Amino acid sequence: MRKMWSIFKREVASYFTSPMAYVMGAVFLLISGYFFSIILLATNSASLQGVLGNMAVVFLFIAPILTMRLLAEERKLGTDELLMTAPVSITSIVVGKYLAAVFTYLVYLAITLVYPAILTKYGSPDMGPIYSGYLGMLLFGAGCLAVGTFTSSLTDNQMVAGIIGFGLLLIFWVLGWSTDIVTGALGDTLTNLSLLKRFDDFQKGIIDLSSVFYYISFIFIFLFLAVRVVDSRRWSG
Amino acid sequence: MIDVRNLTKRYGKARGIEDLTFTVDKGEILGFLGPNGAGKTTTMRIITGYLAATSGTVKVDGFDVFEDAMETRGKIGYLPENPPLYKEMTVRSYLQFVSELKGIPRSKRKAAIDLAVESAGIDTVCNRIISNLSRGYRQRVGLAQALLGAPEILILDEPTIGLDPRQIIEIRRLIQSLGEKHTIVLSSHILPEVSMICSRVLIINNGRLVASDTPSGLSRRLRGSGRIAVQVRGPADRVASVVRELPGVRSVSVETPAPETQEREVLLSVETDVSIDVRESLFAAMASHKWPIVEMKTIDMSLEDVFLKLTTEERLGDETEVAPGA
Repeated sequence: MRKMWSIFKREVASYFTSPMAYVMGAVFLLISGYFFSIILLATNSASLQGVLGNMAVVFLFIAPILTMRLLAEERKLGTDELLMTAPVSITSIVVGKYLAAVFTYLVYLAITLVYPAILTKYGSPDMGPIYSGYLGMLLFGAGCLAVGTFTSSLTDNQMVAGIIGFGLLLIFWVLGWSTDIVTGALGDTLTNLSLLKRFDDFQKGIIDLSSVFYYISFIFIFLFLAVRVVDSRRWSG
Repeated sequence: MIDVRNLTKRYGKARGIEDLTFTVDKGEILGFLGPNGAGKTTTMRIITGYLAATSGTVKVDGFDVFEDAMETRGKIGYLPENPPLYKEMTVRSYLQFVSELKGIPRSKRKAAIDLAVESAGIDTVCNRIISNLSRGYRQRVGLAQALLGAPEILILDEPTIGLDPRQIIEIRRLIQSLGEKHTIVLSSHILPEVSMICSRVLIINNGRLVASDTPSGLSRRLRGSGRIAVQVRGPADRVASVVRELPGVRSVSVETPAPETQEREVLLSVETDVSIDVRESLFAAMASHKWPIVEMKTIDMSLEDVFLKLTTEERLGDETEVAPGA
């Protein structure tokens, strides 16, 4: 646990000493700021509905770029040889790194809290959907980052890791359209697997426990896979 | 200290190492010698737990490196071929990070880092960013990282590769001094280096153990025959024919002596049986003919010769495949 904290600290420092965290943060905040202003001007209502949904889609593009470095770079530079031969479990390494990416995301999210702050200053928004919306953003973003962490474990090429991550996330997005294409149980099941469809409820102020459970299992599965991939590398060489 | 048994590692169909068995005793400096791709790095990676073996076991201090990985990793300091450095960090913060990974208690961390910094001789660059350091200093930072927490065993993969001659000498001296407190396994493909530093040498080729002995024992035991160079003042062909008759002499070849002495002196290279010392009878024979011996010396086969013989000649390699300590 203490070693996971060491990995986490080093990784956060690495995010914020390179331009990566700032560039990605700037892009994310610029686009979400645009959505916030344009939707507020158009609807004139003190609500973040729609804004958070669009932010989620933007983050779906950003998450794989934020995480592609995590494990791929260690392999490329050979620093994995330090981590893997130190008395540290692979789980601590993977989870520590993942949490550093989540932390970076939380920093972005914290900055977007100015939007609800603006709304409360000049209007009286219904805070319920905003709270649940942010909870949804947190779970959704953490899910995206888990996918990115997993794809970063697959290769020593950051670019490839990023592209595979983006592809996977795209699939989990478009699965939400399945009900419109496939009718019946199959379509519903596929839709239920979608990362973004689940997010809609949170935006409307509904916290469905099954969705919370879905996101948490989603994160767990992808981190588990990442640990397995890193571990299996010891056999393949 | 380290007990390797029947260790085999295959990469798909390609063979990494095949059935390696050896032990390393406490306090030893063991040198791993072999051409590139012989399996030195693979073996070290298995001992440190970076790779898993296809079959066979490695025990460190009685603990299996696979079953009790956390236990054995704590006892080993490892410097991979490419020092595993985070280039954006300063030397001190990097060592701080590694000491946390190694689980050195907070109260002892500073002392441990200071000690490693001093041993590796990097006190002057402590606050610099690693990417700005020269190759030699990076190697030292890598070494400092391995030394952190004073592990009982140091595993150093090609510790002098890519360094300039002065740095090589410094690093060698450093390793020798470390040998007083640690058990060291190092790999190299530079022979004089190994014979200088190590108390024992393992030669591996194509993933197999070819020989194991002290550097001098290796050259003595493996030369198969003795050789003497002798310079005699006397008529060349007569001297040669007399020497040829001596018991224990296998062959004699006449070599050209230095031009200024060519008239009066002859230089012979005498190959003899290992078991018989011919120097005495050679002296007596020369004395009876009143041909003075101006120079006589035994020629040890250099480690280079041994190495080339072992790694290029299949048949000789098989003959000399001997158990450690034989």
